[in-house]
Amino acid sequence: MTSAAAPAKASPGRAVLRTETRLFLREPGSLFWIIGFPVLLLAILGAIPGFREPDPANGGQRIIEFYVPTAVVLAMIMAGLQAMPPVITGYRERGILRRMSVTPVRPQAVLGAQMGLHGVASLVSALLVIVVGRLVFDVALPGQPAGYVLALLLAIVCALALGAFISAVAPTTKIATAIGSIVFFPSMFTAGVWLPIQAMPDLLADIVSFTPFGAAVQALDQAAAGDWPSWSHLGVAALWAALLSLGAVRWFRWE
Amino acid sequence: MPIIEVSGVRKAYGGRTVVDGISFTVEEGEIFGILGPNGAGKTTTVECVEGLRHPDAGTVKVAGLDPVRDRDGVTRVLGAQLQESELQPKITVQEALQLYAACYPDPADWRALAERLGLTEKLSTRFAKLSGGQKQRLFIALALIGNPRVVVLDELTTGLDPRARRETWALIEEVRDSGVTVLLVTHFMEEAQRLCDRIAVIDKGRVAALDTPAGLVSRAAGAVVTTFTPSAPLPAADLAALPRLASHEERDGNVTLTGTDETVTALLALLARTGTTAHRLRIVEATLDDAFLDLTGEAA
Repeated sequence: MTSAAAPAKASPGRAVLRTETRLFLREPGSLFWIIGFPVLLLAILGAIPGFREPDPANGGQRIIEFYVPTAVVLAMIMAGLQAMPPVITGYRERGILRRMSVTPVRPQAVLGAQMGLHGVASLVSALLVIVVGRLVFDVALPGQPAGYVLALLLAIVCALALGAFISAVAPTTKIATAIGSIVFFPSMFTAGVWLPIQAMPDLLADIVSFTPFGAAVQALDQAAAGDWPSWSHLGVAALWAALLSLGAVRWFRWE
Repeated sequence: MPIIEVSGVRKAYGGRTVVDGISFTVEEGEIFGILGPNGAGKTTTVECVEGLRHPDAGTVKVAGLDPVRDRDGVTRVLGAQLQESELQPKITVQEALQLYAACYPDPADWRALAERLGLTEKLSTRFAKLSGGQKQRLFIALALIGNPRVVVLDELTTGLDPRARRETWALIEEVRDSGVTVLLVTHFMEEAQRLCDRIAVIDKGRVAALDTPAGLVSRAAGAVVTTFTPSAPLPAADLAALPRLASHEERDGNVTLTGTDETVTALLALLARTGTTAHRLRIVEATLDDAFLDLTGEAA
């Protein structure tokens, strides 16, 4: 069509991203759980006076300081495990991916946009947690920013890969939601939501170190304290991310 | 050159053959129907044309291109409405039109398309809030938005009320009149008879017949239906002996015969010979329904 008034045509990738962003912003429930809930949890825990006092049992650190990395990883778990799998399986179930695949645009563009949006939302949530931790509870900003960013990105990739894996193996949206919820609780536990990893018995803490979110939380904790995160934690998170991504690609069905 | 060429296509799922050697060609500018009972392999056949499925054997060409190997080329000339496909529940009509317009290198003007399909009032309505007819009109718009040369419409009017169905038929004729070739999958006889220039009747994965609607009807064994009330009973043996008789039924003094023109000629001769008057004599052509049941062997 040649119309003088027509605006410059959007590129397909950008049009998909713009549409998916609008749709993402129309899901207040998902937005609350990803962006609102982690910071709310931090605020509630911070309201407990004992958590704000230096604890001699933990080398003088305050409990609230352990909870900042936990709340950061919780944002990723919410985005990757709770919010994203039902969206992707729903798109498959409703034939939205098939519909896109009979246009010159590949349906991968839709999946990429959804993963990117959930990743960005969890990053926004992480920043909010860090800022609130700093301003409200006086938790120092990460002492090793580069290591912190690396650990943060690995955690996001892990969560998205796990979510993609769940979407790949779940035949229906209902099953995806069910698997997401089943994986959600152990993930929260390994991220230290109920008990900070530092307060776990040694054996349990060692086991948790081999889980994707247990490793990510500890890497974040080390970087927050000013040290470069240990390669074993980063390696565990990276390995999980790689394995889950491969599994997701291997088993994903477009219809 | 035909715009769609399907030759010897086979497709099996887990050992069960769904499409068993289907061939047909569609000429540019026609409405070509694929008609068949549920599970006959209609959708699988058009999915091979759309490039959504890889045939196990045989070839498919759309505008001379292979839908699987030249996916990009085929998606540019072919628009599709898929059976039982939906959109994101919260996407608005305008957003969907703009999104799909952006998918094509040379799209149609989405505003004009919305106007033509009566969607202008619904531009800011979310997909989930549209009625069945509005959803189908949106899917026709999306199938046309890339300025395609061919559109594939799969069970477009299933689930629509009779009024919405008739409106949709008028739209399909408009689409064809604008020069776009239409490949129409349906299991409604009335729809196929009204719209299609040619029809491939598919049964159990094979082409059972391929002809114009009138050709299919005249080909069927019981193409001409004759009903009358004789002034005096005719001997059953004489009726049964009529040439090319397909069926014969007598109820409450009314006689219904199906057969060909030859059957009718012989009947008239029989009536004259026996001096019988045929009251309320009606001679009508069978409908596509009768032809279909005859061709697919589904007669009760």
